[in-house]
Amino acid sequence: MDVLSVRNVYDDAERAKDKKAALGADITIENFTDETVNALDMIDDLDDLNKQTKKDLLKVGVDTTEENRSGSFLQVDQSNIFTNNTMSDSIEVMNIGVALDKYSWVEDYLWNVVKPDADKYTAKTALREKEEGVKSGYFVRSLPGTKEVMPVQACMFISDADILQTAHNVIIAEENSELHLITGCATGDDVASAMHVGVSEMYLKPGSKITFTMVHNWAEQVEVRPRTGVKLMDDSTYINNYILTSPVSTIQSFPTAYCDGKNSRAIFQSIQGGKKDSIIDVGSRVLLNAEGARGEVISRAVAQDESQIYARGHLAGTVPDVKGHLECHGLVLSDDSFIYAVPELEASSANLEMSHEAAVGKISEDEINYLTSRGIEEEEAESMIVRGFLNMDITGLPDELAQQTQNMIDMSLDGM
Amino acid sequence: MLLEIENLAVEVSGKRVLKDINLAIEEGETHVLLGPNGAGKSTLFLTILGFPNYKVVNGTIKFKGQDITGLTTAERVKLGIGVSFQTPPSIRGVSVGDLLKIISHQDVNEELNPRMKELAQQLKFSDEFLNRDVNLGFSGGEVKRSEILQLLAQMPDFTMFDEPDSGVDIENVELLASEIGTLLDKDKPQRSRKRSGLLITHLGYILNFVSADKAHVLIDGVISCSGNPSEILEDIRKNGFNGCVECAQCL
Repeated sequence: MDVLSVRNVYDDAERAKDKKAALGADITIENFTDETVNALDMIDDLDDLNKQTKKDLLKVGVDTTEENRSGSFLQVDQSNIFTNNTMSDSIEVMNIGVALDKYSWVEDYLWNVVKPDADKYTAKTALREKEEGVKSGYFVRSLPGTKEVMPVQACMFISDADILQTAHNVIIAEENSELHLITGCATGDDVASAMHVGVSEMYLKPGSKITFTMVHNWAEQVEVRPRTGVKLMDDSTYINNYILTSPVSTIQSFPTAYCDGKNSRAIFQSIQGGKKDSIIDVGSRVLLNAEGARGEVISRAVAQDESQIYARGHLAGTVPDVKGHLECHGLVLSDDSFIYAVPELEASSANLEMSHEAAVGKISEDEINYLTSRGIEEEEAESMIVRGFLNMDITGLPDELAQQTQNMIDMSLDGM
Repeated sequence: MLLEIENLAVEVSGKRVLKDINLAIEEGETHVLLGPNGAGKSTLFLTILGFPNYKVVNGTIKFKGQDITGLTTAERVKLGIGVSFQTPPSIRGVSVGDLLKIISHQDVNEELNPRMKELAQQLKFSDEFLNRDVNLGFSGGEVKRSEILQLLAQMPDFTMFDEPDSGVDIENVELLASEIGTLLDKDKPQRSRKRSGLLITHLGYILNFVSADKAHVLIDGVISCSGNPSEILEDIRKNGFNGCVECAQCL
């Protein structure tokens, strides 16, 4: 790990190991167990998983039959138990450790768009890598000039109680290539409490496109701290879709896209359903750092039961001729739940265009009455309105994937 | 008697809007409800429908002989009451097609049945239109036609129409009127008509195309006069609702 040492990654991490995150409840990492890397055996086929796990994976968009997929990756706890890299000539899928052995240059992509000293969670991930080597997480890359419309599926699964799962993912779309990912995160049914820290760094070379669709389905006592950075070069497009409709203890993430290339474009679309006493603090940030860059942050949030949702969006324009729009709509369904919408616009240059709209409220009585006047019972009317509200049109996906994504959303909204 | 309202008094947000309404509609009859703005016409509709904010403080509403005053809206609709709204709300993520399926008791995951598609075409709607969120960005005419289409899927025994022709161009008024006719069994001889209706109309223009058996004038929460629709309309055209006010004072 010479390069990382030279770049002071580990020193920085060491200094930040107790640094609280700027947002979200402070989690005591020491309450969770570091699982040994690759303690679990590899499996030959996703079909070998037990029935319940298959079901859990399907809920987060990971299809164990691998139909309509261009690659698969599965990490359970701290073990990469399955990788399928043979499905597409355009795409490479492998464990990050394998990638580092194969390509010396992969090191240059580590800890670049996510900083090791961002907070104690990134620091923990880096320090674990210092000790054990960079072995957890995936590496996905689309080769130059290729357009694979089928998605790669990647899954992080926690199988046992009290585990701290860390992962470090690197995703690269080479010049003029297109890459689609479906990533699911889930816990086994019987897992009471656990923690997940996922560091993801994405790089979009000129003219490339990545769509990244993530579905979360955690157990009720899981602490989740994803840390995501995306770097966009000239004429590249990044589309991030995030779906969370099941209960969780706390989740805090604020993925950031750096539109450093001319005419680059980043879109974040998120659907958040807060249930039970979940505390969901999810935002998206786009830094518009180059001429012609565009950013869009769209979120729909519904808070039920005693849940709390912080819906954040931050657009920052630093140069002229950039455009950004932020849209945050929330529904509060119970007196004990709450939504705190924080749309932020930051303009530090003349001649740029940024706007936001935010609206938080209860379900409109007129809408309920309208549906009941068509013979629909009140409770069903409310649920139709909530599902309709959350069911946003996800843009930017190829047709095949759009349909699958819609199915995933429908499945997630079924329980709402 | 299909619908029978006796001594009905209704409060909305603590204010008494309807004072003492008596109204009876027989099977197969179409009645018209006239009256100035704010007289309580829509309140009467929404009370018959059973919307939660319309509090019945006195009187009863009977439908098909059953006291429905305490029933929920959905329960009343299931008994055979239908309504077309003047300005219905738009609902994101709920399509016209979905509503048609639910109303016609079809599985939402199945394709819309051919009969509904045919009705949609009859009302000049494309298949694409059926995928649109209900009322979202609809033109005035589209709203009215979509309301009538939903009613055609439902085929209620008793239908209330709130200003079905407002904001509709002349060409489409006839189309709408013909479908309203279907909902009111107008294609059948008077004696064998089963379906009934109550129409709110401001100008009475729709009555050129839909025949009515009886008209009522609602003023200040009270039905001030009832009678032959064309005679009453004629009076109102000549003397305005002021004539009705004076008339009510004579009563």
